[in-house]
Amino acid sequence: VFDLATAAVEGALAAGAAYADARAVHTRTEVVEAQNGRVQQLDRAESVGVGVRALIGSSWGFHAVGDPSDADARRAGETAAAIARASAHVPGDPLRLADVPVEEADYETAHTEDPFSVPLAEKVDMLIGVTTAMLETDGVAIGRASIGFWDTNKWFVSSQGHRIHQHIVESGGGMDATAIGEQETQRRSHPQAFGQFETGGYEVVRRWDFPGNAARLAEEAVALLGADECPEMETSLVLEGSQLALQTHESVGHAIELDRILGWEAAFAGTSHLELPKLGEHRYGSELMNVTADATLPGALGTFGYDDEGTPAQRVDIVDHGRWVGVLSGRDSAALAGLPPGGMVRCDGYGRLPMVRMTNVGLLPGPNSFEEIISETKHGIYMATNRSWSIDDRRLNFQFGCEIAWEIADGKLGRMLKNPTYTGITPQFWAQLDLLAGEDEWVHWGTPNCGKGQPMQVAHTGHSASPARFAEVRVGVKG
Amino acid sequence: MKPLDIAVRLVDMVGDRAEAEATVVSGHSALTRFANSFIHQNVGEDHLGVTLRVAQGGRVATRTTNLAGAGALAALAEDAIEIAGLQPVDESWPGLAPPAPAPEVDHYDAATAVVDPESRADAVAAFVAAGDGMRGAGYCETSGAETAFANSAGQRLSGRATRATIDGIHQLPGSAGSAHATSQRFGDVDGAAAGALAADRARRGADPVDIDPGEYEIVVAPEAVATIAVFLAVYGFNGKQVAEGQSFVEPGACQFDPAISIVDDATDPSSLGVPFDVEGTPAARVELVRQGTTVGAVHDRRTAAEAGTVSTGHASPLSATWGPVAADLIVAGGDTDPADLIAGVERGLYVATFNYCRILDPKSQVVTGLTRNGTFLIEGGEITSAVTNLRFTQSFVEALAPGRVLAAGADQRYADSEFGPGLVRAPSLRLAGWNFTGGASG
Repeated sequence: VFDLATAAVEGALAAGAAYADARAVHTRTEVVEAQNGRVQQLDRAESVGVGVRALIGSSWGFHAVGDPSDADARRAGETAAAIARASAHVPGDPLRLADVPVEEADYETAHTEDPFSVPLAEKVDMLIGVTTAMLETDGVAIGRASIGFWDTNKWFVSSQGHRIHQHIVESGGGMDATAIGEQETQRRSHPQAFGQFETGGYEVVRRWDFPGNAARLAEEAVALLGADECPEMETSLVLEGSQLALQTHESVGHAIELDRILGWEAAFAGTSHLELPKLGEHRYGSELMNVTADATLPGALGTFGYDDEGTPAQRVDIVDHGRWVGVLSGRDSAALAGLPPGGMVRCDGYGRLPMVRMTNVGLLPGPNSFEEIISETKHGIYMATNRSWSIDDRRLNFQFGCEIAWEIADGKLGRMLKNPTYTGITPQFWAQLDLLAGEDEWVHWGTPNCGKGQPMQVAHTGHSASPARFAEVRVGVKG
Repeated sequence: MKPLDIAVRLVDMVGDRAEAEATVVSGHSALTRFANSFIHQNVGEDHLGVTLRVAQGGRVATRTTNLAGAGALAALAEDAIEIAGLQPVDESWPGLAPPAPAPEVDHYDAATAVVDPESRADAVAAFVAAGDGMRGAGYCETSGAETAFANSAGQRLSGRATRATIDGIHQLPGSAGSAHATSQRFGDVDGAAAGALAADRARRGADPVDIDPGEYEIVVAPEAVATIAVFLAVYGFNGKQVAEGQSFVEPGACQFDPAISIVDDATDPSSLGVPFDVEGTPAARVELVRQGTTVGAVHDRRTAAEAGTVSTGHASPLSATWGPVAADLIVAGGDTDPADLIAGVERGLYVATFNYCRILDPKSQVVTGLTRNGTFLIEGGEITSAVTNLRFTQSFVEALAPGRVLAAGADQRYADSEFGPGLVRAPSLRLAGWNFTGGASG
């Protein structure tokens, strides 16, 4: 398959590209979803194709073709170069690429149990079983569960000599119970909203124990209908790990993308409140805030051997004791900013242009435990599991809703609260981080649905987090 | 092979071993993207998508591929049959669509299907030039595709469609203005006009002031109305969500102001896409709201069977799990000049677009989001200053409730919701109140 990528690169070079690279990609996916004891989706998909990127002057040209012959791949390279050349109608400064090691390599994510070899009947039985079990609780209207698997082989070739094969296996799933009231719906999800996905095999699904959580979800969803509303006030806010992972994704992960900082995403995803001259000095949060972008974490969803430019995976410090020290970058953006390339450029299959994406952008564990956090909180709210998320185009003004909350009074969890929301401004919020749980409660949460780019691309990213407390946060925003 | 030939061949390969339906989409899309006033990303793709769904006595499975060789198609059919056989019987399997002709509409422009990258670059150049030195960013996209459907009940359909879009912003320090145009024809997409509107909004947005959160009367431009319409469609006028009790929709109830009428119509001559769905059901014009009264929802074959009605032709690859969604929405315009919408406001806000909207509860339709690329203070019927972006938390249904829509503009057009182009035609609206819950500083 390297030959297809090589032909594409040769086609681009012959057509005048100063640099070219290509990815031949074979992807298999399987998704099974059940609702109320019925399988409502069983999809298996497969795709094969080549995407080739050609650099001429200030612009990338990119062309993709499915199921190609060598000749098709070569023509795709020629077309990519022609597209890049057309960009000269509206030119910018010539684009340079930061130097990276030129490697020939083979890499595979760790996985124990091939998810595609697990009998379909076993998967279906599990999903039907848990969705049926959720319905056994009076008041539950919808019990839903799904699992999904990706098996991706990528062959990367560049005009500088890269030849890298990677085999990435990703697995996971999720389940939720919904109770419906007169004018509201209440939902509880496990392991997190939209499911938990990791690099790994079917062992990921087994580890999260769907059957063991069915009754709890159902009971909590029904109980929420009768719970008190989360009051509107400023108070100590304790976040469960998966919600803090999404908070990190939205208010740190996207803000540190160098393409956003450089204005390349201004019209769609937006820009960033961060300014490069302040790198190394800007105060992002409290002393407890340490964030890394680590594509080498075993099992995390944003883990790989090489990014889609052939740059080796690495761990990069992003926030060091509250100080902003790093960005997410690729070869072109790093060269423009005068920074080392971070190996964070990825694409969604063969048909999309590689762009800066999060790897595993996570908050490192702290010195406390969840138990300590609760016991040391006199008044506050504990919120768990995301339900809504919104943040502005500079990644400053955010508002999140969670599925469930509990009041904290005198160091103890008290009454359940529904419709909890909280809002804030990114650096002010992170400056209020004052208690952070440790490694024992640190989980590599996965986000399988991160959208960015035009045409839209969906990335799989990881965000390690443990529960944490933030002081004086505005909660209970009402519509 | 032509897409219809592939679809028919797949159905034949399944033969009498199962019910089968195949959808094949083949086409080309290209997108020229610019930022900091130059083209930085420029892409094209030749794509083929083949989807086969089989049902063996109610045991249902779907297989998808982009491989169309004879061997690959045969393997696809065999695998689909095999995995379907491992499924439990779905007692509510609604069966295949019977043969029926699709509406005779052709949303296709041959010139748009073959637009070259130089022409897209020229449109971008015109957009950028209209900014007169401001920083421009956005994209110009063209696409064309042929879609074919075949099933073992004898249904055969084929259609084609094109789309062209230019969308972008111009930026000054502290402000940005946006503009958008979408059509079946690239020739209708005027980069210079879009660039001029974006530049005007950016200039007028300079030096914005902070205002206190609270409830304000607002005039919302077509882009913001389009976002409202998408939320109503995705979470509300969705046959599955209605059946599950998660939707606000109550057919026959006066849930909206009499100024609000909404239809979904893939058969309209100016619509985009092909006039049939992935189950082979011809698309129908569906009334969703008639002068404030909720009429109904859209259906695929499953939700239609459960509701005791017929499919409206709104099945999609996502409808099995999420439910059918209206994607050719037309929000009725009024007869008020857009400038007069503003002139009627004593004190309020003008909002060009909403950004990053997310629903808190589908039943109440409470949504949070922000304003972006053009927020202005209206005083005494005139725009008096630009305003920094605001966060809102607002029920979209309540915002359009009886008595809450003060006027509808005569400026209905394709508007870009934050969920992509080509989904909604909408006018500007003047609304009695909108609940802003946070300013730029929280």
